[in-house]
Amino acid sequence: MTGRARFGADYNLPGQLVGRVLRSPHPHARIVSIDTSKAEALPGVKAVVTRADFADQPSEFIPAGEMMMNYKDVVRNVMAREKALYEGHAVAAVAATSVAIARKALKLIDVKYEVLPHVIDVVEAMRPGAPLLHDDLFTAGVEPKPDKPSNIAKRLEIKVGDVEAGFKKADLIVEREFKTAPVHQGYIEPHAALATVSEDGSVELWTTTQGHFIVRAHCARLLGLDMGKVRVTATEIGGGFGGKTVVYLEPLAIALSKKAKRPVKMVMSREEVFKASGPTSGATVRVKMGATRDGKFVAGFAELKYQAGAFQGSPVQPGTMCAYAPYDIENVHVIGYDVVSNRPKVAAYRAPGAPISEYAVESVVDEIAKKLGLDPIELRMMNAAHEGTKAAYGPKFGPIGLEETLNSIKKTEHWNTPLRKWQGRGVASGFWFNIGGETSVSLTVNEDGTISLMAGTPDIGGLRAALASVAADELGVPVEKVRPIIGDTGSLGFNFLTGGSRSAFSGSMAIVEAAKQIKSELVARACKLWEAKPDQVEWKDGAVRPLGALAEKVKPMTIAEFAKISGKLGGPIGGVGRINAQGAGPSFGTHLVDLEVDPETGRTTILRYTVAQDAGKALHPAYVEGQFQGGAVQGIGWALNEEYIYGEDGKLQNAGFLDYRMPVASDVPMIDAILVEVANPKHPYGVRGVGETPIVPPLGAIANAMENATGIRFTELPMSPPKVLKALTDKGLNKA
Amino acid sequence: MAKHHIEATVNGDAVEFLCETEETLLDVLRDTLNLTGSKEGCSSGDCGACSVLLDGRLVCSCLVLGCEVSGRKIETIEGMAKGESLHPLQQQFLKSAALQCGICTPGVLVASKALLERSPNPTETEVRYWLAGNLCRCTGYDKIVSAVMDAAAVMRKG
Repeated sequence: MTGRARFGADYNLPGQLVGRVLRSPHPHARIVSIDTSKAEALPGVKAVVTRADFADQPSEFIPAGEMMMNYKDVVRNVMAREKALYEGHAVAAVAATSVAIARKALKLIDVKYEVLPHVIDVVEAMRPGAPLLHDDLFTAGVEPKPDKPSNIAKRLEIKVGDVEAGFKKADLIVEREFKTAPVHQGYIEPHAALATVSEDGSVELWTTTQGHFIVRAHCARLLGLDMGKVRVTATEIGGGFGGKTVVYLEPLAIALSKKAKRPVKMVMSREEVFKASGPTSGATVRVKMGATRDGKFVAGFAELKYQAGAFQGSPVQPGTMCAYAPYDIENVHVIGYDVVSNRPKVAAYRAPGAPISEYAVESVVDEIAKKLGLDPIELRMMNAAHEGTKAAYGPKFGPIGLEETLNSIKKTEHWNTPLRKWQGRGVASGFWFNIGGETSVSLTVNEDGTISLMAGTPDIGGLRAALASVAADELGVPVEKVRPIIGDTGSLGFNFLTGGSRSAFSGSMAIVEAAKQIKSELVARACKLWEAKPDQVEWKDGAVRPLGALAEKVKPMTIAEFAKISGKLGGPIGGVGRINAQGAGPSFGTHLVDLEVDPETGRTTILRYTVAQDAGKALHPAYVEGQFQGGAVQGIGWALNEEYIYGEDGKLQNAGFLDYRMPVASDVPMIDAILVEVANPKHPYGVRGVGETPIVPPLGAIANAMENATGIRFTELPMSPPKVLKALTDKGLNKA
Repeated sequence: MAKHHIEATVNGDAVEFLCETEETLLDVLRDTLNLTGSKEGCSSGDCGACSVLLDGRLVCSCLVLGCEVSGRKIETIEGMAKGESLHPLQQQFLKSAALQCGICTPGVLVASKALLERSPNPTETEVRYWLAGNLCRCTGYDKIVSAVMDAAAVMRKG
């Protein structure tokens, strides 16, 4: 706002060195040898690290946001060991006194590669005989256990009812195969880390991350350090969307600093961000749905093949969970495959996995509506999940707002406005389950009665404002008197990361807990001061109030009044909330889009867009709208333009913002936001996480609008101008 | 090779610095003058996070060399608020929640200020095309565009 907020690359320390990474030019190669002697001899080079500086890690799976990862892979992803597995894979890193010297040093590192055949496409990677990335990777989840390694890391499925029986009851069956391209989270701030290791081995690290406690855990593990010795401060974060939930530079910066005995700062270039940090999966998805003549869905089948990148751990599991979650269907069977190929390891991206599978399902739902001659909103309404629906992935839904979002979309003026030639309208719904998890916060009452609020989940889109308003409300103080900050790993108990739409949900629950402690402490102090019994006082409207006869003798006391006398009465005042938040309420949304296709160029313009989503209770309505709008526009990019483009050589061809085309201001219209509020009964304010769901419906909604505009069912994303133009030309639809 | 000695004006203050030939204005602002409000998102002029005004003209400071600014006037985000009082654009961005993570905000504000100086009553389309060089991944642009138009209205009233 004023330029004073400090983001990852804005931190500096006296005597700091510049860290740079040497990256593999090959998509797949055995690393025969690495000779760093010439680089180390260059004046100004203070440290060089390679695979030799990181101990191997045994296989151990740990949660990474909503996905899983394995430490054996994490250590190999931060620094290649036996093989380089994608173009851009880190092979060595240097710390030097200047950028120029660091660059020169990278050129002096002699890496001998034995180049191996590579595989980029997920379907090709699954074929027998495809180049193998890991000779110790055997497909999990199949019986009997395979005796040969493959690129299929895992097969998983969810099943309810009997889909075959369901299809027999169907009057209409629609089956389609879809393909989506990998897309990058596209945060504007590149990864950055500044590390300093002192003589006694204690580490200080500043990094741009969605979870500094997670960074601490990973760095301690990879470098064999006690967690207590590693203090991580999360800087202001310039966007993450899931992509800043893992470590890349952090362990390298610490290892370099330890060797050089000086602080080391590392910042990725945009090209490195594209080539070496996680996009989300591209995928191939087959969907088969059956419906009766009057529109009741009777069976849903899907097969999802998700790219994991070079190491296992794609978001295929949440993809399977979410695929049919918006619908109440008796028979569902979803199979997922997690497949490795020579691409950067995928990272979480907003509702990881869900946009892909729900795009495919929403496209087929739309086709069913068209074939049965039904209104697409009516068809969704007829089949919508509601309170009591048992989702195919397990839980029975409590109160949920899908029907309300459909209803509110139907009532918009937007839905009822006529369209012209080459214009189309599409609708789609979406779901994300949301998570809670481990959360610690503290509230400290300062001597003047103001409140210091500390949370441990980085604020990416208004968390501090939302938590401050909850604390103010709970303690009955004006919100300006609450100063919220994000504490470092030494200041609070463990916090899981900001992700899964959990931080406002869980953080506000923890604040309520911390405030409760303050209130009961002040009630106790009042009893002492007034020589009263607990039933003679109560906490109400920001003060401890005397009741009954006592009220005639003493006056109510506010927090500020207790703070003023805390030196004489009870000492410092504060509370901590340490919870493992349960009861995250799922959030459903429905999006409506109008677009226009230019038959001469194949370019698609989004004309109008409306989002309706269940927020449970919006703590800060403007920021909730912002989540809806931002997610929708990311979805527009995913649907229309964004993709990783690889050449035959296995190298990424569009590693920059010019060629990786994210939406700019002139690409999109205003995004109307409708806040539906069906309270989450498991949260004191009724809150549901809102951040993830908005990216789920746009892909399907836009594909459906494209069909409406052109009569063509596009089954491949992105629907970029060349693809659309070719489809129109092939059908002879755009002849002059 | 010896460094270049450059004298220029930044946010109204006379500055002098030494820079290498290949150093960009953005490098100089951030690393030499410690003005880290201008952000580096791409180094290729595609994201606009490093937007500054050079003699009143909107430029990406990552595409200007440090040695090119000799004798010229540079305005950055750090010079936008006047003392205690925020620029009307900054006030409006806060009021309208026109930012989430905030990394693009300095560039967007500098670019918007340049727009309103030449076009005090812009249409939505004009705002959108003017800001097409400033990537924002969080907001979907809606609240940014509204905030710029609302700030324009405030500024017109004086």
